[in-house]
Amino acid sequence: MKYLFYPGCSMNASALEYKTSTLAVIKTLGAEVQELENWTCCGTSVAPVMSDLLGLALPARNLALAESADGGRPLMVGCSACYTNFRRTILAAADPTVLSKINQALEVENLTYKGKAQVRHLLDIFANDFGPEKIKAHVKRPLTGLKVAPYYGCQTVRPYAPYDDSQHPSSMVGIIEALGATVHHYSHEATCCGTALVTTKPHVGYEMVAQILDGASAADCLAAVCPMCHLNLDSYQDKAARVLGKPVKIPVLFLPQLIGLAFGLPESDLHLKREVVPVDSVLAKLPQPVVSG
Amino acid sequence: MTTSEVIDLTRVKRNPAFSDGLTPAGHKLRTCIQCGTCTASCPAAEAMDISPRQMWRMVQLGLEDEVMHSKTMWLCSICYQCHVRCPRGIPLTETIAKLKQLAIQKRIQEWPESTKFYKIFSDVMRRYGHMREMEFMALYFFSTNPFAMLDLTGMALAMLMRGKIRPELPKLGGEGRLDRLFNRVAELEGRK
Repeated sequence: MKYLFYPGCSMNASALEYKTSTLAVIKTLGAEVQELENWTCCGTSVAPVMSDLLGLALPARNLALAESADGGRPLMVGCSACYTNFRRTILAAADPTVLSKINQALEVENLTYKGKAQVRHLLDIFANDFGPEKIKAHVKRPLTGLKVAPYYGCQTVRPYAPYDDSQHPSSMVGIIEALGATVHHYSHEATCCGTALVTTKPHVGYEMVAQILDGASAADCLAAVCPMCHLNLDSYQDKAARVLGKPVKIPVLFLPQLIGLAFGLPESDLHLKREVVPVDSVLAKLPQPVVSG
Repeated sequence: MTTSEVIDLTRVKRNPAFSDGLTPAGHKLRTCIQCGTCTASCPAAEAMDISPRQMWRMVQLGLEDEVMHSKTMWLCSICYQCHVRCPRGIPLTETIAKLKQLAIQKRIQEWPESTKFYKIFSDVMRRYGHMREMEFMALYFFSTNPFAMLDLTGMALAMLMRGKIRPELPKLGGEGRLDRLFNRVAELEGRK
């Protein structure tokens, strides 16, 4: 299997460990990944607020690059906001008038978007291209006894994700079980992490973070598949504790970090020490000590 | 306004073209049946001054000023729950983005902590072609509420120590990475 890879801004900065663990896990699974050259920001939820056309032209710029590098390879995306932006643009560009307007904008970048690029979420690729069986075959250190709370958030599964249910997603279940861990189900698996509200309207954003962490509190850790969700759930736990009026401390790992742990990949790939909430409690639960690289 | 307040439609200014102007899907708001699924699905509804259901009714009725000055749109975290659950299939979340766009164009003053977020984010994106988290947060808090940073010092230090955020010198002047594309879009939309 061959993929193009769009990391997006967060996976190249605050969520760098998401990128390194993803690349290491996919290499172990035997697929080839090439990072899209010359990519720029997808515009996130900000560009459509600044202008209709900007909200389409910024994602389309990257889709056009993906088409020229392509060779039939799908573009793998790990950030759910980027994923949603790309999928939204692909749908909008099915209208020839919109496509033509996008391309009038892209002229200044010497690019043309044809409406052919394929975009896939990393979770979709893990769950459906590799699948639990293939993942299980590479497990060297089963995560036996570890209770993992899957956290999907919003845009990973809504509104443009054809691979899972928008209300009751389950793509992570088979993967977590393949690693030997147990799934902790709770009622906030696909509710919103608050995104930018933690910055613009903190009292509302912190409440949203708090409810998710409270729901997951019986688990040993959360598994995230979006850098924004991860940032909110990992970095704002002291604020969540203030909202809930009780201590909150639950490690939040990216799903590929958990997969990598079970594969026996080194710290130089997984960068577990980058998490704000220390993951020591997770490592202590594992049957064998983790070899650090 | 509050939930119990009555609006006398004969006495308020209305813009009958309001919902149709919320392109590309605002015209679909005409089919809204006021079932309230949007409000029931919204994780931030409790903090809003008007509920999502009320807001869409006001959009239908052309109560543009009331909607524009409400904080409801700024509490949307773009979770798409109302959008996927709407029984009329109205793309509500993306129509809220359009409301925010209008409010910024109209220079609505009440919610600078939200409007500045979009403007500053967009500017950082234009200059570098990607997000610079530290520079963005510094610019944002200095222009809105510098004291709010005090409450975030612990978190910022933890992130710095782990290499999650890193200080970078701002690039002042010179051509921004996405200047050409931003300018071209403005020109095509008749803003330049």
